[in-house]
Order: sequence, then structure tokens, then C-alpha cells
Amino acid sequence: MKTDIARIPPPSDDKRWRIIDTTMRRYGYDSHCLIETLHSVQEAFGSLDDQAMHYISATLGVPLSQIYGVATFYHLFTLKPREAHHTCVICVGTSCHIKGGATILSAIEKTFRVKAGQTTADGTLYLQTARCLGSCGLAPVVVLNEETLSKANQNNVIQRIQEIIRHDA
Amino acid sequence: MMPEELTELAHKEQTDAQQWQHQIHVCTATGCLSAQSDQVYTALTREVRDRGMDKTCRVKGVGCLGLCSAGPLVQVNPAGTLYQHVQVDDVPELVQSLKHSPVERLVCSTDIPFFQQQVKIVLANAGNIDPERIEEYLAVDGYQGLLQAVTEMTPSEVISEVIHSGLRGRGGAGYPTGLKWTTVAKADSHQKYVICNADEGDPGAFMDRNILESDPHCIIEGMAIAGYAVGATQGYIYVRSEYPLAIKRLRNALRRAERLGVIGNNIFESAFRFQIDVRLGAGAFVCGEETALIASIEGRRGNPRPRPPYPAEAGLWGQPTLINNVETLANIPAILRNGGGWFATIGSSQSTGTKVFALTGKVNHGGLIEVPMGMSLRSIVFDIGGGIPNELAFKAMQTGGPSGGCIPETHLDMPTEYETLNQIGSIMGSGGIIIMDETSSMVDVARFYMEFCQDESCGKCVPCRVGTAQLATLLTKIAEGMATPEDLILLEELCDVVKHTSLCGLGQSAPNPVLSTLRFFRHEYLAHIRQ
Ligand SMILES: Cc1cc2nc3c(=O)[nH]c(=O)nc-3n(C[C@H](O)[C@H](O)[C@H](O)COP(=O)(O)O)c2cc1C
Repeated sequence: MKTDIARIPPPSDDKRWRIIDTTMRRYGYDSHCLIETLHSVQEAFGSLDDQAMHYISATLGVPLSQIYGVATFYHLFTLKPREAHHTCVICVGTSCHIKGGATILSAIEKTFRVKAGQTTADGTLYLQTARCLGSCGLAPVVVLNEETLSKANQNNVIQRIQEIIRHDA
Repeated sequence: MMPEELTELAHKEQTDAQQWQHQIHVCTATGCLSAQSDQVYTALTREVRDRGMDKTCRVKGVGCLGLCSAGPLVQVNPAGTLYQHVQVDDVPELVQSLKHSPVERLVCSTDIPFFQQQVKIVLANAGNIDPERIEEYLAVDGYQGLLQAVTEMTPSEVISEVIHSGLRGRGGAGYPTGLKWTTVAKADSHQKYVICNADEGDPGAFMDRNILESDPHCIIEGMAIAGYAVGATQGYIYVRSEYPLAIKRLRNALRRAERLGVIGNNIFESAFRFQIDVRLGAGAFVCGEETALIASIEGRRGNPRPRPPYPAEAGLWGQPTLINNVETLANIPAILRNGGGWFATIGSSQSTGTKVFALTGKVNHGGLIEVPMGMSLRSIVFDIGGGIPNELAFKAMQTGGPSGGCIPETHLDMPTEYETLNQIGSIMGSGGIIIMDETSSMVDVARFYMEFCQDESCGKCVPCRVGTAQLATLLTKIAEGMATPEDLILLEELCDVVKHTSLCGLGQSAPNPVLSTLRFFRHEYLAHIRQ
């Protein structure tokens, strides 16, 4: 437990900071809990912005450079929020790759004019790839928002995305 | 908790289970869940209740039933009828049929080699017990191994049993588990740690996830036994954050185990105490490497460091640390209950016991399997896997993921053992097996894995950081038909450099998929080269 650091107040009165504080408190404000703390920021706010990193740095007594190093090392953490109405995750793990995951990916890239890791110009669709979703028995797998499409093919995925987008309009 | 209480609770649960005329097991592991088995579960529960059968028939969520490619899977016990591809619409008919004969059109025969040729130690409880109820684990002799260790054996006796079993690490390298435990036990320190490696980053592998989802208590028990044997009081389970269900079930299981007192202070009224915490990964393959994993638990970037010192001497926070894979630890309770000698009779002499594999790709019966070591590779593909779909020909079997290799038809009669797989340029690996048919391009496979390694390289050492990028570029050039014969020579030279000069296993093994496809499928590379 660290006692030598004066607690500083959270950056704003946003209630979500309490969740972050709870995480740090649970680990006795030990610098070892940096990754756990970043997890809770990512979960609560959707990304790790400068403000959050400054706050954690001051509270845990970890240099900002080190926090930045950790935040950029791990794939899960993002420094900028990903704002899009819908998210499409294409599994590009080995089984899905062998069974045509890459074809689905390029078909979607072409149809919706977006590259993996990016959002369409109109902000409707964020396209992402995943290493392996672990549903290899049902490959190829695509996750659309919360919905899992198993044994997918490019036609049914594109159709489903178009349905969802049309539904918004 | 008193030893007698454990037996009493187990007994009560066994008696309770007998009251049910029917128990409908619905697979609620991630594989079937992604085929919406949760909706089937809800529909079954409602249907049974609506028909007023809920006094005699229980609907139970269980772990993995194995044949993931036929999900959602439902099994009706005690008859043992297995149903495949069950949809919500099938539910009324299925419940109705309990009074008559099974619904033929949904039945999945369990008479096939996929089910008949498996031997289950690690997955013995998967698909049978509700992973969210500790009582069900107790009813199948759960925590009896720990009880025996703590109340009847000295730590060194426990280790002897593990040595005697011949168990080797299931995380990939196959290091003898008993030897590793001995090193940590001998290390002189007042604080030691046990870490369970559940990072499972190999794309195409889901053995550890399914074990955690299907039977989380066996990992907790395995870790506690390990803690007792090596003299550790604190354990950590490092799980990748991409496994939300496994994490949830694990945390739930830990709470139950703590409440019951099978972990915590004075376990079974002895002086032994052991506590377990969960730590989450954040999406970095390299964190599966033990020194990187330790750095990550310490809250740092997951950069590996040179060994020695090995974690067994100086690991977490510089203290002696035992680090074992999920499946390795899952074998421990059974070894304690049945003895190391029993375990050693299963499998082959140098590779004892069983191995869990995630069998996927171009194969008829894909899913999670457990087979005795020494089974021929051919049996895995053609008996258990049921061969290749669409009457296409088998081309290669990939084992060991990005650190392994592709095995051609000519080597399929070899036994599944650590040494034999190494001889043909692959590795046992953690257990992902991907079957490829004649339509798969081996150059493409090699490029796929190299791009993976390039992406996942932590960037600390130059051979891996720069080498994997150069190798990926060369492979792309070859795949696109732009390469010259000199490029192929360069590719081989560079593989050699990366393999021999990288800091950790990631870089050292990254060239394996290239080298093994070059060895067995060189003609495919040559076909791409401009003459
Ligand atoms: C790049 C890399 C990734 C690894 N990933 C894992 C993993 O996901 N799970 C695992 O158990 N071991 C993994 N290992 C092996 C571990 O370093 C370590 O050997 C293992 O956890 C030891 O446990 P065992 O003796 O029970 O096999 C990896 C090794 C390397 C080099």
C-alpha cells in the first residue's frame, strides 16, 4: 500500500471515475495494477485519453512515459475512441483463414469502401479483424455488433450488414 | 472446511442427481454459444416448465461436448442421446420425445470414432457438469486430490507422484512438469508463486479456453496442489481478455472455492494456505511467453527477457515462480487421485497421458478432442476427424500454430509424441491442429503465420522485429509471383538468422512454418518463382 502519494481528485465529476478509483484502491494503489486500471478505463470510457493517463500517472506514481508505453504495447487498448454505429469483426484466425475469412474481408472492404481497422466515411461501419475468436469449429466466423454469424460467406455477411444499415435509415 | 464435509457435500449432490429422470445437457461453451445455444437453453427450460416436467427433468448448461462443428449440441441423459444443430424450433419436439423415442433427424451418432477413440482425463467433466456449480465438481471427486495431498502426503511425496506420472508441459515445449516443480520446491525463499498460463494466443487453438469454461475448478485444484508441493501461498491465473466467458466462470469458481474453504487459509484444517487471483491479458501474443507474462502481471510492457535465470529461480517480483499451462495443471487432480503410475500407463513411454487438441480446418468432424499420446496423426485426421469434406484430398496438417509446421501425408503414420513431431520440423505445440486440403496454398499459409509473428513481435530484439517483417515481405513477393530464385535463397538464409539469434521463443520459432513448408512443399514455392 502506498501512503506517500497525495490523492488527487479525478479529472471531472463524471461518475465513471469512481470505477477507476475502485480498481486502484482494490490493489492498494500499487503500480503493479497499472494494466488492471487501464482495463477499467478502457471499459468505462472506450479509450485511454491523455486526461486519463495523467490522472493514473499521478495516482499510482507511475511515469507518464511508462503508461504510454504500456497503453501502446497492448492491442486491446486504444488512445482514440472508435466511433461508429456498427462494428463488424472478421475473424482472421487460421481456421477462418483456411475456410475463406480473407475472401469475406476483402469483399466487405470493397463493398463498403473501408479498410480493416477503419470506419466508413459516413461513420456507419467500423471494420475490424480479430486474431482468433476461438469458434474455429464454426469457421469462418464474423461478429456483427453483438451477433455472431457462423459458417459465414461473403454474400450473407454483406446482406446482413446492408440490412442493419438500412434499418437505421 | 473439514475433510468429512467435502465427502458429505459430494454425497449429497450424487444423491440429488439421482432424482432426475432426465437431464438435458446443453453445451454453453463459446463454440456452441456462437451458434446461439443460449437461446436453445432458455427455450428448453421454458418448455420443460410449461409442460410441468420440471420435477423430473432438469435442463443444465454444461461445458464443451466436443463436436463443435455440429453445434449447438444437446445431450439427453441418462440415455446419452446426442443431438446436433439444435434450433429453438426443435425444442417442443425434443422435449415431447423424452416420453417416446429420440428425434431421429437431430440425432448425432456417438458410435463414430470421433467419440469412441477419445480418452478423457482433462475433459472428463466437460459436458457432464455445470461449471458454475462447485457441488457438481465435488460429486465427481473434485478436490479429493487436494485433500489427499494436504492431509496425507508431504510436498515431496506429491512431487514424486508427478515425476512418476511422466507428465510434460502442455504449453508447447514439453518440459517435464515434475522436474520444474522440484526446482521451484528447492529454491530457497519465503515467498514463491504459482502462475497458470491461460494466455492461449495461438490462432486456431481453444483447448485452454474450453477447459476453463467447462471445468474451472480442476484448474483451481491443480494450482492449489502445485502450491502445496512447491511451497507457494499465492497463485495467479493469467487469462487473455478475449475470453470473457472463461474469465466469468473462473471468477465465479474462485468465489465458490473460497467460500467453501478449499482455497484460502488453513485448507482442510492444515497449516497450508493458498490464494488465487486472476490477471487479464490485453491482447498480446508474446505475453504467453513466460518471462513476458511475468512482466505483464507486474504491470509492465510484455517484453521477454533472456533466460537464465528461469522463472523457477527468479520469476514474479524476482521470486521463485512455478509457471504451468492450463492443461498441464488440469491433469494434476487426476494424477493425485489415481496415482502417477496410472497416468504413465496411458500414452507412450516418452509422452505419457493424453493431449487435448482443437481440431479444425478442412475436416469433417471438427472440435475439441482428447486422445492418448502416441495415437497416429493419421488416426486423428481420418478416424477422429472423419477425413476431408467434399471428396478433396488431404494436403497437410498444421500443428503448433505460428511456432510449428505443416506435416504432409507421407508422415501421417507417426505417433503423436513430442520428439517425433520435432523430428519432422513441427512441434506438439499447445494443441491447435488445422487440416488443409488440396485447395490450400502452402505459401499462403507460411505468409499468414509470418504476418502474425510480425504483428505480434514485441520489437525488443532486432532479428525478430526486422527479420519477421523482411520474411513477410519476401513471402508476399513469392505469393504474388514477383520473386526470383535469389529471393528463395535469401528467404532460407534469413530464416536461419531469425531462428538462431532471436531473444525469445517467438522469434526463434517464427521461421518454422516457412522451413517446414519449404521442406515438404518446395515445389509450391518454385511454382511461384519467375525463372
Ligand atoms: C511466443 C510464445 C508464446 C507462448 N504462448 C503460450 C501460451 O499461450 N500458453 C502457454 O501455456 N504457454 C505458452 N508459451 C510457453 C510458455 O513460455 C511456458 O513454456 C509454458 O507456459 C510453461 O508451462 P508448461 O511447462 O506447463 O507447458 C509460449 C511461449 C512462447 C515463446
